[in-house]
Amino acid sequence: MVEIRWHSRAGQGAVTGAKGLGDVVSTTGKQVQAFALYGSAKRGAAMRAYNRIDDEQIINHEKFMYPDFVLVIDPALAFTDNITDNDKASTKYIITTHLSKEDLIAQIPSLQERKERVFVVDCMKISLDTIGRAIPNTPMLGAFVKISGMFELDYFLDRMKKVLSKFPQKIIDSNMDAITTAYNTVK
Amino acid sequence: MAEKYEINQTEVWDGNYAAAHALRQAQVDVVSAYPITPSTPIVENYGNFVSNGYIDGEFVMVESEHAAMSGCVGAAAAGGRVATATSSQGFALMVEVLYQASGMRLPIVLNVVNRALASPLNVRGDHSDMYLGRDAGWINLDAFNAQEAYDMNLCAFRIGEHLDVRLPVMVHQDGFITSHTAQNINPLQDEDAYKFVGVYQPVEEMLDFSKPVTYGAQTEEDWHYEHKARQHSALMRSTRVIDEVFADFKALTGREYKRVESYMMEDAEVAVVALGTTVETLRQAAKELRKEGLKAGVIAPRCFRPFPFDQIAEVCGDAKAVCVMDRSAPGGAMGAMFNEISAAILATGKRPLVTNYIYGLGGRDFSVDEAKRIFKEQKAHADAGHITTQIQQFSGLRGPRLGFFESKRS
Repeated sequence: MVEIRWHSRAGQGAVTGAKGLGDVVSTTGKQVQAFALYGSAKRGAAMRAYNRIDDEQIINHEKFMYPDFVLVIDPALAFTDNITDNDKASTKYIITTHLSKEDLIAQIPSLQERKERVFVVDCMKISLDTIGRAIPNTPMLGAFVKISGMFELDYFLDRMKKVLSKFPQKIIDSNMDAITTAYNTVK
Repeated sequence: MAEKYEINQTEVWDGNYAAAHALRQAQVDVVSAYPITPSTPIVENYGNFVSNGYIDGEFVMVESEHAAMSGCVGAAAAGGRVATATSSQGFALMVEVLYQASGMRLPIVLNVVNRALASPLNVRGDHSDMYLGRDAGWINLDAFNAQEAYDMNLCAFRIGEHLDVRLPVMVHQDGFITSHTAQNINPLQDEDAYKFVGVYQPVEEMLDFSKPVTYGAQTEEDWHYEHKARQHSALMRSTRVIDEVFADFKALTGREYKRVESYMMEDAEVAVVALGTTVETLRQAAKELRKEGLKAGVIAPRCFRPFPFDQIAEVCGDAKAVCVMDRSAPGGAMGAMFNEISAAILATGKRPLVTNYIYGLGGRDFSVDEAKRIFKEQKAHADAGHITTQIQQFSGLRGPRLGFFESKRS
């Protein structure tokens, strides 16, 4: 079982991102789960979304998990949220930031002993440059594809196009651009 | 003619979206609704399907849940296939009309996305609303995941509309845990789903002007009792139709449902009984404990009403300790399901040690580890030969330990 925890603000698209990832993963024949802890959360409030991926049907409905991947799509949450909660010795972190990896880690003590497992990508800038709005979820998917090695980029792009098929072509193209840019720039 | 909706063999849907598609595929004529969290997306998506031409139906906007169910009663009495959805406070406001719907024998399908009742206000999942409506004379089916929310909806129309039943049906799913968790779903294609549900057969429809009928007439002590007894009898006897519909559904999809679901109960020494997603969490725990040598099993009423009194006793088998978990504040008594399961077991000659846990109120997480702890506690009762804790306890509660009643049995 692979478990993923998203740290986001309500409105940044973590739920959509988690569901989009679930959609793509399901096409590989795997079982998926995508859920969030929200409800009456206000737009902008810190929230978490989750994915589980397994070969067998997922019957575990607890909210608790020891994540294999932590995806932080809001730059400030890396500083204010406990992104290392319940992590494992192998948990990988992908954090959106405009800082270099060294600068980011220098400012967050909890990441200093995990620095080999920390990756950075500027999802905010990428989404502004490609989609034209600060929607960091799609670029994060590109970074995840690269770091997890779970898919070939072309396969992921092809499936993601199908997930987005109800949107205008321009939106699909800009999302593909965002995923590809993040895939190529995550460090 | 409605537009075709493209459906893949595997979709990643949450429980709400799955239920909405079932309503679309059943070609529901009228949805009268007043949306409430967490059930909102069911009726919202139905409205979306209507507006985008995917269904020839009508979405009726009303001013309250009381009016929503009243609209359903009117549309069903007029002769249409009718459904809606609600949760929690909305369900509470509907209660008066729920009794009207069942008393008038109208086969409405109500999706109840289970949520806690205020006060304190809480939007998350527990079974307070389900328990509030349990005596309303409806058939109550319970889904443990999103796939089942879809499947139970399709079955609900077939069961409720059957000429030997003609009763409204609730389909329950856990708020957020099922309703907002996307998982792999294998839906039927539209033609197959509609063929399974069948064309709606009106009975005594009010719009048949050649044959005027009255709905909701007044009966005092001369007839009221006979009406209610007949209604109860129809509900109790709906078990045959429920079994038939589940059998047909299995033939079509390979997915098997029973009025009481049991997991590893054949040789179980200890058992836990629950509803909703907790059933799957318990199965996961039982599976893991079996590897450690603990003979754990899980019992789950799929059909909460009519209550499967005889089958519950049967599946308990030779279990020495049975724990019944109620996800609703019991309000000064043992948990309601504890009472019902205890009565079912008592009707047999067996005397397992039966205990009660209240848990998960207002969406408090129920983990696999906690499930395992409860199984192990049952094993301790079984080994001791008596209940080693208080009979009613609280799982996952912060603060001082809370519990009630002790067993004098040794």
